[in-house]
Amino acid sequence: MAHRSLRLALAASVVAVLGLTAACGSSGPSALGTASAGGSKGADASVWVMSGVTEDVFNNSFASWNKAHADETFTTESFANDAYKQKIKTAIGAKTAPTLIYGWGGGTLQTYIDAGSVADLSDLASDPALKGRFLPSTAKVGVVDGKTYAVPNNGVKPVMIYYNKDVFAKIGAKPPATWDDLMALVPKFLDAGIAPFTVAGQAQWTLLPYLAYLIDRIGGPQVMANIVANKANAWSDPAVAQATRMIQQLVDAGGFVKGFASISTDGGADIALLYSGKAAMSLGLPSTYQTIDTANPEFISQNKLGFAPFPAVKAGTGDPEDLTGNPSNYWSISASGTPAQQKAARDYIKSDLLDASYVDDLLKIGNVPPVAGIEAKINASSAPEYYMTVYNMVKAAPSFQLSLDQALSPAAGQALLTNLQQVFLKQIKPQQFVDSMNATIGK
Amino acid sequence: MLLLPALLFFVVFALVPLVGAVALSLAHWDGVGAVSWAGLGNWRSVLADPVTGNALLLSLRIMVFSWLVQTPVSLMLGVFTAGHQRYRELLAVLYFLPLLLSSAAVAIAFKAILDPNFGVGSAFHLPILIQDWLGDPQLVLYVVVFVIAWQFVPFHTLLYQAGARQIPASLYEASTLDGAGRIQQFRYITLPQLRNTIVTSSTLMVVGSLTYFDVVFVLTGGGPGYATRLLPLDMYLTGFTSNQMGPASVLAVILVVIGLGLAFVLTKFTGFARMTSDQEGA
Repeated sequence: MAHRSLRLALAASVVAVLGLTAACGSSGPSALGTASAGGSKGADASVWVMSGVTEDVFNNSFASWNKAHADETFTTESFANDAYKQKIKTAIGAKTAPTLIYGWGGGTLQTYIDAGSVADLSDLASDPALKGRFLPSTAKVGVVDGKTYAVPNNGVKPVMIYYNKDVFAKIGAKPPATWDDLMALVPKFLDAGIAPFTVAGQAQWTLLPYLAYLIDRIGGPQVMANIVANKANAWSDPAVAQATRMIQQLVDAGGFVKGFASISTDGGADIALLYSGKAAMSLGLPSTYQTIDTANPEFISQNKLGFAPFPAVKAGTGDPEDLTGNPSNYWSISASGTPAQQKAARDYIKSDLLDASYVDDLLKIGNVPPVAGIEAKINASSAPEYYMTVYNMVKAAPSFQLSLDQALSPAAGQALLTNLQQVFLKQIKPQQFVDSMNATIGK
Repeated sequence: MLLLPALLFFVVFALVPLVGAVALSLAHWDGVGAVSWAGLGNWRSVLADPVTGNALLLSLRIMVFSWLVQTPVSLMLGVFTAGHQRYRELLAVLYFLPLLLSSAAVAIAFKAILDPNFGVGSAFHLPILIQDWLGDPQLVLYVVVFVIAWQFVPFHTLLYQAGARQIPASLYEASTLDGAGRIQQFRYITLPQLRNTIVTSSTLMVVGSLTYFDVVFVLTGGGPGYATRLLPLDMYLTGFTSNQMGPASVLAVILVVIGLGLAFVLTKFTGFARMTSDQEGA
């Protein structure tokens, strides 16, 4: 009897241990093969794409590639944004990343480069088939120390001011061309019972463009470039302190909707204030346009939505055509992929990335592709005026600063989000902001 | 011998990760690249960081406030639902409803309810409810305490209900004969009889409050600023958003030590370990 229970216990524990290891083994990515038809005995490359509006664009592109290249097929799998960001980090660390790695450039790309996780694509970027395909300001994000590690794969996302034409007409104002104009508009809007800016302050990243634009308008793109390059005390540049001071002046003047720090981006509550006329302006990504287009299409069709670049700052050295936002999203090739997989990924990028039908698909869902020479396609699209404004802005931009939380190292980016929110809430003074950000340099 | 599977599970799921965390707390690792030795550097920087002290203090405040709010409410509700009043069962179902909802759902719902422009305050034109609930650094901690209480009171109510049902009716009958009123009965019979339930519920609350994460993460993300960055949240954000696995492991080890210490103190000094039945004949 005793022997029997001993054996049982041993068997049970062996099963338990095996079960555990099996569970650990299968917690990694399992290719579900959604796009690849059967019989893929070739390179068997893989790719993870973002679920949501752009999912179909990616799936279409890989499906048509797979159909034409039976020996170099891709299996695609889609993830929600946040889940993807967690999973890709683990997968790259464990050297089980998909062949094509979806990314945002900036500090995270730098981490992958430092760890040798992504392949050098410089030869590909200078290939005549690819050279000149992308708008220069978007392609630049994938270039680090003169080498290309990532190529654009998605629409351009510059941040600009979206405004309600009705409420501007109500107080007889034009969109502000300079910061002084903007500050002068604030009391007029408040008198009319309208909040000048709506912002989902709880989300933190929504506050970044104010800082990025002001730093750029005051001191030019070099200020941020020094910060991103980890130069000692780079945050001590006077442009940074002045930018945070101006943000606090705008807060003090009542520039943001009451309770803005409680507003989350869920459900588009921040944007709803804009089209319902409770707020005059929103500084945001093109998703602002898409949110309104879904929630209140009449607002756009009745020509009530206006858009304008971020105002200039008097005596500032930055070019008012400079942009901030997300230049694009990017493909990198995993260095841990087999040579055959890497070749498949290179062949795909060379021939099918952002080709004609890809560009059409992006435009159809309201993403302006980072591709040179597509003016005719944009003019034939559903919203030529808006798309052309976005396209021309990006084409003309001397500098396109990647969103600061993405541009910096993950640790510094996280510290920036928290500290900037404290600036907006007036919990810290400009000098405290500068000091705590200087402490993150090199982390 | 039958302990063996349990022991194995404990080793694999508790000891191995714990040793791993201690080892990682002495290393530099960004989660992607190579791991390098850091010595006590992580410990020095984490302990010197004001954010850590703030997180510890916040966790302590959440623990105390949560206990102060949840214990009386769940005690009252539990005793009430154990009774025989009319409509009791209908009300009990309503009280237990939050227990069925996932933390993420609770947090997302409250985010919408507390929205200053489109939330419950403006929907019903109640200016008192239109506050900067999640954006005011002074206010937000109490909002978090409230939402956590809303989520966890049903569970503790269930404990108290079960406890109160176990109290022999003869005690109440005898006291009625002696002329005791309802308040005296509650004070001199119900409360002392629920002593063990109070200890159990409080232990769960206090130790559990160290691991409040999901609701707070979805509701506030630790913000605004550092206003709700509790210790577990600080650990998660440091490790998985800032990619600093070393300092995050330091925080994890601190969390384990405090949790073990609390559990030890509570079981030692509240009589949890030598809990005996108060019932007749036991």
